[in-house]
Amino acid sequence: MIVPAIEARSLGKQFVLARTSLLGARGRVTAVEDVSFSIPAGSTFGLVGESGSGKTTIAKMLLKLERPTSGALLHEGLDIFAQDKAQEHNYRRHFQAVLQDPYGALSPRLSVGMIIAEPMLALGIATRREALDNACRMLELVGLRRDAVSRYPHQFSGGQRQRIAIARALSINPKIVVLDEPVSALDVSVRAQILQLLKQMQDRFGITYIFIGHDLATVHYMSSDVGVMYFGRLVEIGNARSLFQRPLHPYTRKLVALSNLQERVSKSDFRGELPDPVNPPSGCSFHSRCPFSTERCLNEVPLLRDAPSHRRVACHYFEDIETGRRTA
Amino acid sequence: MTALSRAASGRVASLLMRSRPWLRNKPVMALVFCSLLIIAAVFGDMIAPYGVTEPDFAASLSPPFWMQDGSNAHLLGTDQLGRDVFSRLIGGARISLITATAAIFVAGTLGALLGLIAGYFGSIPEAVIMRLADAFLALPFILMALALVAALGSGLGNIILVMIFANWARYARLVHSEVLSIKQRDFVTLARIAGVSRMRIAVRHVFPNAINSVAALAALDFGRAIILESSLSFLGLGIQPPDVSWGSMLADGKSEMQFAWWLTVWPGLTILAAVLSFNAVGEWLKGELDPRSML
Amino acid sequence: MSNSSDIEPVLKVRGLTVAYGPLERPIRAVADVDLTVKSGEIVGIAGESGSGKTTLCTALLRALPVNARVSGTVHFEGRPLFDMTEPEMRQLRGRKIAMILQNPMTSLDPLFTIGNQIEEVLRTHHAKVPARKLRDRTIELLRRVHITAPESRVRQYPHEISGGMKQRILTAMATSSSPSLLVADEPTTALDVTVQEEILVLFQEIRERSGSAIIIITHDLGVIRRVCDRIVVMYAGRIVEEGPTEEIFAAPRHPYTRGLLNSLPVLKDDAIVLSSIPGQVPNLSDLGPGCAFAERCSSVVQGCTERMPPEVPVGPDHRAFCCRLLDRS
Repeated sequence: MIVPAIEARSLGKQFVLARTSLLGARGRVTAVEDVSFSIPAGSTFGLVGESGSGKTTIAKMLLKLERPTSGALLHEGLDIFAQDKAQEHNYRRHFQAVLQDPYGALSPRLSVGMIIAEPMLALGIATRREALDNACRMLELVGLRRDAVSRYPHQFSGGQRQRIAIARALSINPKIVVLDEPVSALDVSVRAQILQLLKQMQDRFGITYIFIGHDLATVHYMSSDVGVMYFGRLVEIGNARSLFQRPLHPYTRKLVALSNLQERVSKSDFRGELPDPVNPPSGCSFHSRCPFSTERCLNEVPLLRDAPSHRRVACHYFEDIETGRRTA
Repeated sequence: MTALSRAASGRVASLLMRSRPWLRNKPVMALVFCSLLIIAAVFGDMIAPYGVTEPDFAASLSPPFWMQDGSNAHLLGTDQLGRDVFSRLIGGARISLITATAAIFVAGTLGALLGLIAGYFGSIPEAVIMRLADAFLALPFILMALALVAALGSGLGNIILVMIFANWARYARLVHSEVLSIKQRDFVTLARIAGVSRMRIAVRHVFPNAINSVAALAALDFGRAIILESSLSFLGLGIQPPDVSWGSMLADGKSEMQFAWWLTVWPGLTILAAVLSFNAVGEWLKGELDPRSML
Repeated sequence: MSNSSDIEPVLKVRGLTVAYGPLERPIRAVADVDLTVKSGEIVGIAGESGSGKTTLCTALLRALPVNARVSGTVHFEGRPLFDMTEPEMRQLRGRKIAMILQNPMTSLDPLFTIGNQIEEVLRTHHAKVPARKLRDRTIELLRRVHITAPESRVRQYPHEISGGMKQRILTAMATSSSPSLLVADEPTTALDVTVQEEILVLFQEIRERSGSAIIIITHDLGVIRRVCDRIVVMYAGRIVEEGPTEEIFAAPRHPYTRGLLNSLPVLKDDAIVLSSIPGQVPNLSDLGPGCAFAERCSSVVQGCTERMPPEVPVGPDHRAFCCRLLDRS
C-alpha cells in the first residue's frame, strides 16, 4: 500500500472569540469540521470554497501555522503535529507555499536573488554563493531573466512577482506546495501563464500540489481530485473531471453553473446569505439556501456518503436530485 | 508650515526651476538655507567675523548697519556687551544643530529599537514598553525638563538627555504600529514557512521595512527639536554662558526689546527660518521616502 | 422606462484624457476616450490593470488627485461637467451621479449603525425630511434591496453583516435619490460567487424602476455578460473596442478582446482549457507612438507600432481600433 503524501483524518479547528462583555460567555467559531481527504504523491488536490468555507484554515494547518483542535494531519503516514525539532525542520524543507497576494509576498527591501535564496540559507542546505547561483537558475526556470537577481520587487509586475514567489517556493525542491489562490489577484489574461508554469514544474519535479481556490473551473484545470467545502465541512469530494461534469451536491451544482466559462451557462435561483458562524444552523448548514431542503435537512447533519465513481457527497437527497425525483 | 515655505520659495525659485529642470519639485530655498546653517555649524569659527564672546564695549548696543549709528563692522548690530550679533547667530547654529541631531539620532534609534521589540515579541515586552511610552508622552515637556535640570544640572550634555527623554516615545509608537502591520504581510508568513528563525525575520524582514517612516519622522522632527532647544535655553535651562544659543540670545535681548529690537528679532527670525526650512526639507524627504514607492 | 435614442444622452464624453507626471513625457492613464451613455443603459467597462477604467470614472466625478491634468469634454444631461463650480458638483455627486466603490468591507464606517449611515445620506440629499420619516424611508430603502428584517438591521453595525449585504446597503445608499447615472467600480469582485448574482439582479431592478443609466467597471467578463447591454473594452488607457454585449462575445473584432475572451476557461471534452495572452500589460510610461497592444498581438504588422490605430466601424453600434480591420474593407 502506497502511503499518501498527505492525509487528513477528521480534521477540525475551532476558534475561541474574544469576550464581547465582561461576564458573557466566549463565543466559539467552528472553522473546520470533520474534514478527511487523502492525496497521492505527485498529484494535485483542489479545495474549492467561498468565504467562511474553511479552506484557508486548512491551508494554515497544512503549513503548521495553526494547530487543529481535533483530528490529525499526516505527512507520509506520520502526524505532522507530533514532530520533534529535527522532523519539523525536515517538514519545512519539503512543504512550501505560494500565496494569493503577489504584492505582499516579497520583502520590499531584499533583492530578488536574496528573496529566492533565503529558504536555502535558512534551512542550511547551501552556501550563499550556491544559493545565489541556484536563484539565477530558478529565475530562468520560471521564465524570467537571470539579471532579475539583482533587482527589487517593486520593479516587477504582479504576474512577474508571482513567478518570483514560485521560484522561491521551488528553490529548495519541496515535495508539497500549497497554492492558495495563486492567480486570483492577477490579470485574467495572465492567469493561464502562471497556471501552466505550475503544471510544468509539477511534471518536471513530481511535486504534490494542494490548490485552493474559489473558481471551480480554475481548480478543475489544475486538479485531479477536488473537495468542495461549505461552512467548514466537505460537502462533496471526488475526481475533478467527473465532479465538474456531474456535480451531485446542490452547492456544487451551483458552483458549476456559476463557473466563469466562455459559454453562457443558465443561472438558477439562489437566495440567502452564509449563516452566522457563531450561531451555526442546525442540521445541514446549507439548508437555508438550498432549493431542495426539507424538514430532515433542518434537523439532521448529512454525512459524506459514497456515490458512483469514487465520489462522496454530504446530502440526504443527492440521488433523488440527480434523477429528477426531487425538484426545487 | 509647508505652504508658507512654498510661498517663501515663490518667485525666485520658480524662475530658477524654469531654467534648471533638475531643481523642480525640490524645496530650493529651504535646502539652501539648511545648507547655510550646516556650513555655519561646521565652519562657524572660520566664517564668523568675531568671536562669540568677544566684547567690544565701545560698540555696545549698536544697531544694524543700515540704521543711524550702525556700522559695517557689525552688520546686524551688537548686544549689551558689544558682542557681534551675526557671529553669535553663527555660533548658535552649531549648538542648535548639534543638540537637534544628537537628540533625534539617539531618541530615534532607541525609540525604534524599543518599538521593534514591543511590536515583534508582543506580550510582556510590548505591554511594558508601550505603557512606558504612554507615560513619557503624557508628561509635559517643560516640567520634565525642569525636573531633569534640577537633578542633573544644565549644560549641553544634559540638554541632549532631556530631549531624548522627550522624544523617544514617539519613535517607539510609530515603529510599534508599523511592525504590527508588517507582521501580517505575506512575506513574513512565507519566511516562517521557509523555516527562517524569528530573530532573522525580525532583523531582515520586519525592521528594515518598519524604519521607512522613521526617517521621515526624524526629518520633520528636526524643526521641532530646534524649537525645544531654543525654549529650554530661553528659560535658562539650556546651555549656559559662555556657550550661545538662539534661545539664550532671545532671553538676553528680552530686556532691551523696546530699544534694541535687533537683539531679539535676528535670533527670532533665524529660529523661524531654520524651523521652516527643516520642515520643508523634511516634507520633501517624506515624499521621496514614501514606502508606497517601495512596494 | 428607458428613453429613445433621440433624447439627450445622460453622459457624453469626448476626447477625455487624464495625464500625470512631467509635461514632456506625460503618463496618460486615460487617453482620448469618447463615450456615450443613454438613459436606462447598462454599460460595462472591461479592462485589466492599467486599462484606465477606474481613472475614467473617477474623472467623471471630478474626484481625481490635484496633480491630474484633465482635458476633453464631459456633458452630463447636456451640461458641461468640467465648467461647473465645486458647489454645483456637490449638488450632483450622490444625487444625480452616484458611485459605488470597490470594496464594500471598507466603505462603511465601523463606528455607526447601518440605519445611522443611511439616514446621513438621506439627510444630505433631502434636508427637509423630518426624523421619523427618515427612519421609515431607511427601512423602505432596505426593503427595496431585498434585505430581510430591515427593522432590526438598522440597529446593526457593519461588522455584524456580510459582504453581500453591505454591498446591497451601499447600493441602496447610492440610489436613494434615484440618480440618473450610477457608476459601480468592481461591485462584485470582493464578494462570493454565489452572492454576486443578487447584486446584478439589483442593478437590473434599479434600471427598470428608475431608468438610471449604470456604468459597471469590472475585469470579470461573466458579470458583463450577465447584465450589460454594451461593453467598452479598454487597454492601456484607450478604448480598443465598443459594442453590444452579445455581438462582442460572439465575434470580437479587436485582437485584445479576442485574447481576453479566450482567457476564460473553456470546457472541451470534459477537460478545461485555459489560454492567456503572452507578455503583460505595458508600463504606461513606456508607450510608443503606435498601438499599445502591438507587442502582444498575434496579428501585428509593421504599421502597428508606427501609427495610432484608426477607429473602424464594424457594425451599426460597434467599433474597434485596429488597423488590421481596414484590410478587409
